[in-house]
This record gives sequence, structure tokens and C-alpha cells, in this order.
Amino acid sequence: MTYKRDPELIRKVLGKKVQFILGDMACVYGGLLAGCSFFGGYPITPASEVTEGMARRLPRVKGTYMQMEDEIGSIAAVIGAAWGGAKSMTATSGPGFSLMMENYGFAAMTETPCVIVNIQRTGPSTGQPTLGAQGDMMQAKWGTHGDFEAIALAPSTVQECMDFTIEAFNLAEKYRNPVCVMADGEIGHLRERVVIPDEKDLKIINRVPATIDKKKFIPFTNSQTRNSKVPDFPTFGTGYHTYVTGLTHNEKGFPATDKQPDHEKLVKRITTKITDDLDKLTNVEKLFLDDAKTVFVTYGATARPAESAMEMARAKGKKVGMLRLKLVWPFPFKEIQKLASKVDEIIVPEMNLGQIVHPVREYVEGQCKVVSAPKIGGEMHLPHELYKYLEGK
Amino acid sequence: MSEVRTADKLNKKYLREDMWPTIFCNGCGHGVVLDYAFWAIEELDLDMDKTVFVSGIGCSSRLPGYINADGLHTTHGRAIAFATGIKAANPDLNIIIFTGDGDCSGIGGNHLIHAARRNIDVTVIMINNFTYGMTGGQLAPTAPLGSIATTAPYGNIEHPFDICELAKALGANYVARWSVTHPYQPIKSIKEGIQKKGFSIIEFLSPCPTAYGRRNKLGDIKKHWKWYDDNTILIEDYNKIMKYGTDEEKEKIKNKIQCGVFQDIEKSGFFEQYEKLVERLQEKQVKGDKK
Repeated sequence: MTYKRDPELIRKVLGKKVQFILGDMACVYGGLLAGCSFFGGYPITPASEVTEGMARRLPRVKGTYMQMEDEIGSIAAVIGAAWGGAKSMTATSGPGFSLMMENYGFAAMTETPCVIVNIQRTGPSTGQPTLGAQGDMMQAKWGTHGDFEAIALAPSTVQECMDFTIEAFNLAEKYRNPVCVMADGEIGHLRERVVIPDEKDLKIINRVPATIDKKKFIPFTNSQTRNSKVPDFPTFGTGYHTYVTGLTHNEKGFPATDKQPDHEKLVKRITTKITDDLDKLTNVEKLFLDDAKTVFVTYGATARPAESAMEMARAKGKKVGMLRLKLVWPFPFKEIQKLASKVDEIIVPEMNLGQIVHPVREYVEGQCKVVSAPKIGGEMHLPHELYKYLEGK
Repeated sequence: MSEVRTADKLNKKYLREDMWPTIFCNGCGHGVVLDYAFWAIEELDLDMDKTVFVSGIGCSSRLPGYINADGLHTTHGRAIAFATGIKAANPDLNIIIFTGDGDCSGIGGNHLIHAARRNIDVTVIMINNFTYGMTGGQLAPTAPLGSIATTAPYGNIEHPFDICELAKALGANYVARWSVTHPYQPIKSIKEGIQKKGFSIIEFLSPCPTAYGRRNKLGDIKKHWKWYDDNTILIEDYNKIMKYGTDEEKEKIKNKIQCGVFQDIEKSGFFEQYEKLVERLQEKQVKGDKK
């Protein structure tokens, strides 16, 4: 039984249009709406509710849910399912995300569309399993060995958990790359109102299947049917006889491991296919940036107390604004550069000891002051704690 | 099929010759195993458009590259987990996994265990050469006691892993072991494995003269093949001797590696059960059950 997305059945299984649900569950809803038909997962706090939600709902929409033996097996099965023709996803948290790193790189190297939801918790190691953090933001970008381009979204609300999971599938399908939804324990375990979009308002992107003559098809090069660096997808079982390997490969997909130009050509294509589209990908929310002199650059849960601190400051006439990164990777550096040229100070609150503050500093290039506002230990910043950074301004 | 089939004809039909030359050394047994697989595929008349070859890392894991079909050459030890996903997405595909002893039972042991336990409908062809050949001859989990490896320079002191006994205990539907010195039985076993619903694993004892043989006085391929003859025994013969033989006869065979079909059963597979689950839920849904 190969899966066919059935909007009516999906909506029947999801239930009412307006619901009060967990962030984790909203990721499940997003996946199902996007047409996810394979979920491979392994229990881990605080992401287990995603796995449980899928276990209950995926078979009811005629998709396949599997609890794998570990997170390595989960991401492996997810990638395999993608080549079998499924839209596939997994969900995990820090320790599981660490285990997935090798195959995360395999997905990038083999241009496999798939989605990883990471409900981040504190680390290193086992850390505080039930408490949220934003400690894996750099891991999403640099955690696997070698050069590749990460795509990662960071939801700040439960609604965004759903919307960004749908968006993650769309980006994965469009760019044939793994895409991470970097939520955090706070948002994952938060209950909020969500509105399930109507079918007509839903934007669903599907990978472009290989259709040209089988003898002329070249699997790992620019598309032969469109103006794109993303090749058309030769789903297994469609007769294209594609060889897919994590080794450096030539355009035919055959190993080409001993010559420098082969590697450079491949890796530059699979990275620039994403970075070429940075302007299209950039997804930020701008609050009071017109006259702001001090700006919070935020993402995920931290955006919420930062917004409150900004409002407190505005009420006292301080010129404070906020730039929220909905898409963190690829890094929207042009937005940071624009901001740096017109503000005095950028404050980066994060639930880690400073991760995204680094690319911010890199692109500010000394044009304004950059301050890291870290908080770790599984507690969110309180608005007044962030407000302190604004005092005297 | 009245047409005379020769290895040459099979090669033309199934090999991806663009990928030649192969990486294999003189005396390597991987080509023999691939040949067995081709014969089995030919006799089953398997649709190569609907067959996917999956592998991990190591010499044996390069085999899918030489086959003119879809192939997924994955990460070390994970082939079976990747294959599980492919099968889940499209249960109509035949999935054949080529793996080695290190890939399958060392780094990939956990995936092997759980795929066998779930009875995932794939066929694993595990080529056991007692060594990590691609990386130069390090100690493998299957290496005999006392054997020499680059990482066991004074002789192996670890007990070797019997993968067939493991798979049997896990309830895999089809479990067999042969060596490359067996001419026909392996073809029959691969055929049976592919046809079998549920998990099947066929292990092959196969020489690596370069990385294993040279260090263990088996560098000469004839000696290597003779080692298999001297050190393997058919399961039926083993059982007979153990039941009716003299103490002396028993002593002589007790450490030999048993070959043959270890298990051939019909236990329901994961996807069979899953399909039933989906059907059950659809019926419930129609009845308006909200749970």
C-alpha cells in the first residue's frame, strides 16, 4: 500500500479546525497536513509526544509509523523511506540529535528530502531532560562532518510548530535537503490555540519526480527539466536504476573519491542550491525596526520574553526593536548587515551560552555593539531580566 | 527456460559495467557471492525495476554499485535500518541487502537484531570474511579465536559471534549459512530467502586473502578454500554425529562451523501486521469510533 495523501481523511483524523494543543502535537499535525507518510522515531523527552502523536494518527491516515531501535535507525529509516517515495520525518531531542548527525550528513550528501523535529533540551550529555534549551542551534549547522548547507526553522509559538513543520517539508522537497524544525522544550511542551489551515490555504510542495528518458537521465546534476541546481528525483522502483552513495560521487552517482575537482563540484552544487536562494528563503519578523536603536535578535521561545521586554521599554519611550529569525539556517546575514548599519546595539538572548550570537557578530563586522544575553539551566529569560539589558538606554 | 544461461550472459544482463573495474582483490570471494545472487535473481525472474539493493560500508557494501538496479550505499552498519524505511514506503519493492560481518554484526548489530525480531521483509546477504578488509585487516566480531588481525597482533582472544544462531533465536523466517566453496546450495538459499515473506539472512563464509589470509597462513587462495572444507560441516552431519557418533568423532567436529539452513519458518512479518492494523483502524473510523 503506497501512500496517497487524502486531505479529507487527514482532516477527519486531526479533528476540529481550532484546537488547544501541545507544541509537540502541532508538529504532528503539521507533518500529517504536509503529507508525511512515514515516521520513524525513538522515545526521548521532551519530544516523545511527537512520536506518540504520530503512533496514534499516522496509521489512521494510512501512513506508516515505526518505533525504531534507536535514533540512528530512525533517521536511517526516514531517509530510506524518502527514496522509497515517502515524505518522511522523525522527532528527537539533544542526545538523539547527536546520534543522528552522521546520517544527517548522509541525507545532505545524497540530496534526500526529510524532516527532523528537534525539541531541544539542556545539555551537554543527558542534561535536564524535561527542561528546554536552544543548545543545538550550532549542531544543526555544524554537527555533521564536512561541508553542507543546513536549513533550520525555529518556531516561537505552537501555531508555528505546525506551520513550520509544513514549511520544513516544503523546503525539504524543494531543495532535496534535510530540514530541521529547531523547537525547544518550552514551545514543545506549551499548550496554545492553533488554527488548522483550510486545504485551499495550504501550500504543499512536492519533489519534482524524474520523468525524462531513462537512458538520458543524470541523477546528480542540475535538473534536466528545469532551471535549477536541484536534480529531479528518481524514486526507487520507477526504473531509473539510480545508485545513491554517501561517497563523493560524479553526476551519474558513481563513486569519484580521488580527485579534488569532483568533490568540489558536488559539494558546491549541493550547498549553493540553497545559498543561491537565500533571499527567497529569508523569513524574519521585524518589530519596531524603523526607529530602533537597540534591537533584540531572537528566535524560538526566547522571542517571547524579548518581545515583552521590548514592549516594557517602548512604554518608557526607549527605541527598542526586535528582529526574529523564523528561519535560522541558512543564516539571513543580509538582514543583520542592514540592521548593523543603522542601530547602536544588538542584543542576542539565547537559552545557551551564546550560539547564534556568533554569526550575528560575524556579519555585524563591528558596525554596532553586539551583546550576548545567555540563560541556561532550563528556565526561560524573564522579561525583566532582558529589560535590564536595556536600562540606561 | 530452454535458453542456455551462462555466467557471461548473466553478467551482461545484471552488471553495471560503467562501474568497472571493481575494487576487489585477487582471490576475494565477493564476486562469487554476487554471482550466486545473479543466478538466484535470474531463476526467480525478479523484476530489476522493482528490486533495490542496499548496503552499508565495507568491501561487500560496494556490491550494489555493480548491479544495474536501484542501489542505496549508506552509512556503516545502518543498511538494514535504511532498508526498513524503503520497504515501509513501498512494500512492493524487493529489498536485498549486501553487508559484511563487521557492518552487520559489529557496528550494525542492533539494527540486525531488531529487523529480525520485527521480521521485516528483506533479504540480507552477509559476507563474512572474518575481518575489516577495506580498512586493512582489523579484528572483526566473527574472527576465530587465535586469529591474527592488525588490531589483534598477538591473536584474537574474543569469542566469535555466530550470526545465524542469533538470527534463529530472534525468530527470523529464513536463516542459512554457506561458504563460497559450496557450488549450488547458496543459489537455492538466496532464492528461498528472496521468496520468503519476512526477514531472511544468508551468511557466506568468503575469503579475504589480502587482509585476513596473509596474516593467518591462508594467503594462498587454495589453502583458504581448503580451510573452509576442513572447518565447516553440514548441519545434518553435525547433528547426526552429535547424536550417534563416538566421543572421538564428536571431539573432531565440535568446533566446526555449521553450514546449511538453520531456520525456515512462516512467522507473520511487520508490514503484514501493519496492513491489518491500518485496515482495522479504517473500519473503526467508518463506524465513528473516536478513540
